[in-house]
Amino acid sequence: MTTDVRWAPAGVAVPLAEIPAAGAAGLAGACAGLQAAGARLVAMAPLAGVPEGGGLEALVVVANDAANRVGMVRAVFRPGVPYPAVTAVLPEAQAFERELWEDHGTTPAEHPWLKPLRRHAELEPGAPGHPFFRVEGAGIHEVAVGPVHAGIIEPGHFRLQCRGEEVLSLEIQLGYQHRGAERALLAAAPARRLAIAESVAGDGAVGHALAHCLAVEALAGVEAPLPAQILRGVALELERIAAHVGDLGALAGDVGYQPGAAWLGRLRGEVLNLLLELSGSRYGRGLIVPGGVRFGLDGAARGALLARLGPVERDLRAAADVLFDAPSVLSRFEGTGVVARGDADALGLVGPAARASGLSRDARRDHPHGIYRFAIIPVSSGDEGDVMARAMVRWLEVQRSLVFVREQLAEVRAGPLTAPVPAARPGTAVAALVEGWRGEIAHLAATGPDGALTAYRVVDPSFHNWAGLALALRGNQVSDFPLCNKSFNLSYAGHDR
Amino acid sequence: MSAPAVALHLVLLLLAPPLVLGIAVKVKAWLAGRRGAPLLQPYHDLRKLLGKGTVRGEGTTWVFAAGPLVGLAAVLVAGLLVPLAGGAAPLGFAGDVIAFAALLSLGRFFTMAAALDTGSSFEGMGASREAAFGAFTEPGLFLVLALICLPARSAGLAQAWAARPAGVAWLAHPLYLLAAVVLFVVLLAENARIPIDDPATHLELTMVHEVMVLDHGGPDLAFVLYGEAVKLFVIAALLVHLLLPVPPGGWAGAVALLAGEAAVAGLVGVVEGSVARLRLPRVPGFLIGAAALAAVGVAVLFARGRP
Repeated sequence: MTTDVRWAPAGVAVPLAEIPAAGAAGLAGACAGLQAAGARLVAMAPLAGVPEGGGLEALVVVANDAANRVGMVRAVFRPGVPYPAVTAVLPEAQAFERELWEDHGTTPAEHPWLKPLRRHAELEPGAPGHPFFRVEGAGIHEVAVGPVHAGIIEPGHFRLQCRGEEVLSLEIQLGYQHRGAERALLAAAPARRLAIAESVAGDGAVGHALAHCLAVEALAGVEAPLPAQILRGVALELERIAAHVGDLGALAGDVGYQPGAAWLGRLRGEVLNLLLELSGSRYGRGLIVPGGVRFGLDGAARGALLARLGPVERDLRAAADVLFDAPSVLSRFEGTGVVARGDADALGLVGPAARASGLSRDARRDHPHGIYRFAIIPVSSGDEGDVMARAMVRWLEVQRSLVFVREQLAEVRAGPLTAPVPAARPGTAVAALVEGWRGEIAHLAATGPDGALTAYRVVDPSFHNWAGLALALRGNQVSDFPLCNKSFNLSYAGHDR
Repeated sequence: MSAPAVALHLVLLLLAPPLVLGIAVKVKAWLAGRRGAPLLQPYHDLRKLLGKGTVRGEGTTWVFAAGPLVGLAAVLVAGLLVPLAGGAAPLGFAGDVIAFAALLSLGRFFTMAAALDTGSSFEGMGASREAAFGAFTEPGLFLVLALICLPARSAGLAQAWAARPAGVAWLAHPLYLLAAVVLFVVLLAENARIPIDDPATHLELTMVHEVMVLDHGGPDLAFVLYGEAVKLFVIAALLVHLLLPVPPGGWAGAVALLAGEAAVAGLVGVVEGSVARLRLPRVPGFLIGAAALAAVGVAVLFARGRP
């Protein structure tokens, strides 16, 4: 079945009037057809206003990675009229449909697990009961973890159904970190929006700032100057290196392997310090602004950065060897928490988690923006879909990002750092895609007739990937849960927003 | 044993264990390039905990309160059976090695019972793991004790030490070295160290021993921690005596013992600092492998016709 879709490169604004509208009744069929043609779901996000006839209008965004195009459809949901759930044919839609149902009262019929993402009984006494999935039978026991955890991490509740030490099912209940980021962003003065976008997931500040700025620039019809594009790329890759290195160290810590944990943990700090040199913030906050970057890099600073990169790179290689050469570590990583390629595809996983399962999906190659149109970073992938594959993909990405950073620092040149950003064009919509370290970060924005921002939706990669963790645990050991969890290291705040 | 020898034994048994634990932690920190906590930190921890009030869960019974006390008492009594400075112990009788193993089991049983008494699924899971791993540790311990005792034809530790070849026993008879290797594995398992358990982790789902004592606080927790230190000290003492020549009594013996204890603690630190934990389902295989080694040793003794 052919579906009317408005296709455009990611990060290119499209007039809302050109985006075809479709009734919710045919949405599932349309999505199935798009998927058969090689597309995957990026987001389902509410648009502002009430469509003629009442109900809700939502922007459905899909991406055809091979064609380097993003497609948009406007779906109209009528109040109280059940429609065939997209999730029934496309499991990757499950969280999006649950959220639209929870927030806007859409009624997906035959959604397999229609349960609120955020407003659940533990948070709101008296909320409609939505019991956890339960396994019954002799020898079955339940383990509940969280929402308050040992260690300095975010809150989330995990419900494990176990037979002895074997996990039969894991259900993940989040929502404790919901801050209303999108609503705050829409209500805020334009100058404040960047700070809110950066706070969606604190460990992915650069990625979210970049996606936000790309969306704002696309709506205004401008592009950042080349020197700024280079520095944006350097910052994004430094963020990736720091996060991957830190997580490799944490993986070592989770299996009690001290050499890896101690050395990689220290090196994460070194990489964050490079980001500090570049932006004045260890997490890269405040560097990327609409139109370009706030700070340039003069010759001396560039030399200093390159000089500091050398020892970091050398130590990283030594530390990675210590980690990946240890048989006791490999025996823990290999075969643990396997996500099969087909499952990863069905759940719409993104980022290293998807690539470790053999999916070749990387927004830097498939939907490039800025400097990534000129400097190609090879996509790192694995086959096994286990903790080892996720760790190895991350290490490969660290090495390739280091090469990129080195090359781009050599290219840093004088020139304007920002382009003036005019007012946004009225009645347009954009989907900006950035490959953050966890995977594809999507910022969707739409403007009203007066050019004011009327709709905004952030899709952190965690929103796609939490379901992957739930699947990874099946048939694994209870005691391997922390290790599997760390191999994904998803953001609670990014999911809950 | 003379009164001064008993007094020296008690002083060593009661005061030295936290220091041995501190050495293991220190060596592990050094391997990571860290300075590590002060050697005497375990003593400070105990003092701090003893100064706190006791808090126990509302649903718990006397079993929960008894867990730490019985656990500590059991290892202290076991410490009276093991020669420390010199070749004799304050308590010794035919079959004392059986009592030694039984006391370790008694401590384990009460720690598990106290964990189950909390009704927490975490602690129940830890108790279940401890029960399983304990069952796999005990054969190794008994076979090591058999290896040590068979040449003396006596199930008494003092007699076993007295019957060893003169000088460094394992040079004369490599079976003592085999016994030491297996005993070291038993030591790691009994004391919840890497690669069997990770005393430093904060991840409840991966814990074995730590998760069982999560609900204890204040003096109760002090007894638990002190008991852990004593257990490490006592089993390490056994290992030291296995490897060193029969030590002289008195202060010289005490110094020799402490040096040996420090070496064992250092070895524990090196293991903890350089390998990852085993995946939980692999732990039984590791423990059974150690027990099988000891069984081979016992079989050799019988085959030579001189058990």
